[in-house]
Amino acid sequence: MNLSEAKDFPVSTASLKEVRVFSRETFEKINLSQDLKDELVLAIAEAAQNIVKHGYKGVQKTTDRMEIKISLNDTQLEIGFYDKGKPVVPGNVQHRKLDDIKPGGLGTFFIKQIMDGAVFKKDQEGWVNHLVLTKKI
Amino acid sequence: MTYKVTEEGNVSTVFLNGEIDMDVTEKAKEVILPIVESGKEVHLNLKDVSYMDSSGISVLIESHQKALEKNTKVVVKEVSKSVLKVIMMAKLEQILNLE
Repeated sequence: MNLSEAKDFPVSTASLKEVRVFSRETFEKINLSQDLKDELVLAIAEAAQNIVKHGYKGVQKTTDRMEIKISLNDTQLEIGFYDKGKPVVPGNVQHRKLDDIKPGGLGTFFIKQIMDGAVFKKDQEGWVNHLVLTKKI
Repeated sequence: MTYKVTEEGNVSTVFLNGEIDMDVTEKAKEVILPIVESGKEVHLNLKDVSYMDSSGISVLIESHQKALEKNTKVVVKEVSKSVLKVIMMAKLEQILNLE
């Protein structure tokens, strides 16, 4: 099955619910277990949250938007995130150690647990960051 | 997210409802942390929480740690299946007081 759905959202915590709704609606079109759908929605929401939380850290309010594109090519799922926040230095994107129990630092860990790959690409036009999450389903 | 708080003796039960993400974590903390700060035992009932992300998990950790500081405890009760999965993914099932 091939599928490609994209939607843009205001960069705001208030958009996170909309991001989940978009993701759930898209995954309804694919034959996946509910558990896997839930995991994928969580990974997408965490990546979107990272844009809001880290890409726009210190920015009180912005009119910028972020775009999420979910593509399925046979069994290869690819989820792209485009934003105009602060440029991400991939080497700095790390989750905290799990045995260091403290609030925060788990979003990236969840993404890595759920997805097969997470790569920042330099192919974006008109955007600053382009994160691509992949998973074979 | 909506919530309800009930009191019984030294135990306050906070019933959270809905989806807990970064957009509502401040609200959740404003409800939970002052009760913990007061030294009461807090029961967090999550049976009606259908979704929780890493921000929500952070609220659970912060509440748990604040309770330890105050020599009380936070008990997480009736966790929905989807939220339990996230707690287990974070390997916190042995850290948080789950019932």
